[in-house]
Amino acid sequence: MNLLLLLFASIVTSNIALTYFLGMCPFVTISKNVKVAFGMGMAVTFVMTMTATANYLINHYVLIPFGLQYLQFLVFIVTIAALVQVIEIFLDRYSPTLYAAFGIFLPLITVNCAILGVSLFVMLRVYNFWQTVVFGFGSGVGWMLAIIAIGGLRKKLIFCDPPENFTAPGITAILAGIMALAFIGFTGMASL
Amino acid sequence: MAETRGLKVPKKGYRLFRSKDWNVFIEGLWHNNPIFGMVLGLCSALAVTNLMLNALVMSLSVTVVLLVNSIIISSIKHLIPDRVRMIAYMFIISSLVIAVDLVLKVFLPDISRALGPYVALIITNCIIMGRAESFAINNSVKLAISDALGVGMGYGLSLMMLAFFRELAGFGTLFGFRVIPETVTPAALLSIPPGAFFALGTYILVITTIRKRGAK
Repeated sequence: MNLLLLLFASIVTSNIALTYFLGMCPFVTISKNVKVAFGMGMAVTFVMTMTATANYLINHYVLIPFGLQYLQFLVFIVTIAALVQVIEIFLDRYSPTLYAAFGIFLPLITVNCAILGVSLFVMLRVYNFWQTVVFGFGSGVGWMLAIIAIGGLRKKLIFCDPPENFTAPGITAILAGIMALAFIGFTGMASL
Repeated sequence: MAETRGLKVPKKGYRLFRSKDWNVFIEGLWHNNPIFGMVLGLCSALAVTNLMLNALVMSLSVTVVLLVNSIIISSIKHLIPDRVRMIAYMFIISSLVIAVDLVLKVFLPDISRALGPYVALIITNCIIMGRAESFAINNSVKLAISDALGVGMGYGLSLMMLAFFRELAGFGTLFGFRVIPETVTPAALLSIPPGAFFALGTYILVITTIRKRGAK
């Protein structure tokens, strides 16, 4: 598949949050404010690209040659946890500004299902190296786009007057549904 | 026992319904319902509920993993050092999920393919980690079983409710059997991803309303 097409599809039409529902917990809980959403989105994009690539390499050069595919899930999640720790230490040491920007989100990311989900999609769809890198990056950007957009929309909700029982999670789900419709509208152009 | 605080134990009725286990079970099923109450574990709830069969297999898998994980954690809680307990949970959960995934691949290959990565994603499902951390680690095996069954069935019930609505309106079928005649055009919107969000939002509204009525 064309890399550019893959990038477009993973950002818009097959958006990881809005069509595969991955990373929904932070999507509902911390999307109240655009600034926080942006920080989380950046951290997710960064970690997602790194972990997808790392898991691709481990899967291809360690697990498959040794016939250990049944350990894939365990190895993937351990790699993600370890890599997040390494990134955290590295940022703390060499890039304090970046660490201040998204350091607090890093521990949360280990259990973000979008990160594991991307590694699993790479494995299930048998992507090659560059496709993996592009797909990891595109999915991260797509997730960031979705969470920032919902953060902005929720801010506007302050001025609205939804029914009393339509509190935060309910109205956010409806908002996300309308947004998902808009994203899926592009399906004719490229889809996975 | 933070979990059952404020719950009245009824004086009349069968013994089972007066026991603490029953209260913990109901607490998990209704008050701590993972999907509509705590809004946890949404990924799988939204993704697999376009067909009832997928939702049923998914909820059984989650319940099994949750139950076995709770039993293991609550029985070895004295052996797990406090500082590495998260890693311990993760290893136990991952191993259980690998087992469930292999069972599904062998006995239900079609459904396993349809569920795709969502079986593996049980590992990062907040419900399982959440119940281990907030309940199983502090309670006896017996109570942990009640809690896991309650939360698991609450999750399953929520998934089945979502899937019932989505499959009936989106395809006009239930478990693959035609209920609404083919001459009626189904509301295909509900079978695609945005429909999942709409169905979830509507259900949360209904459940919150019922809860508030009950609290009055």
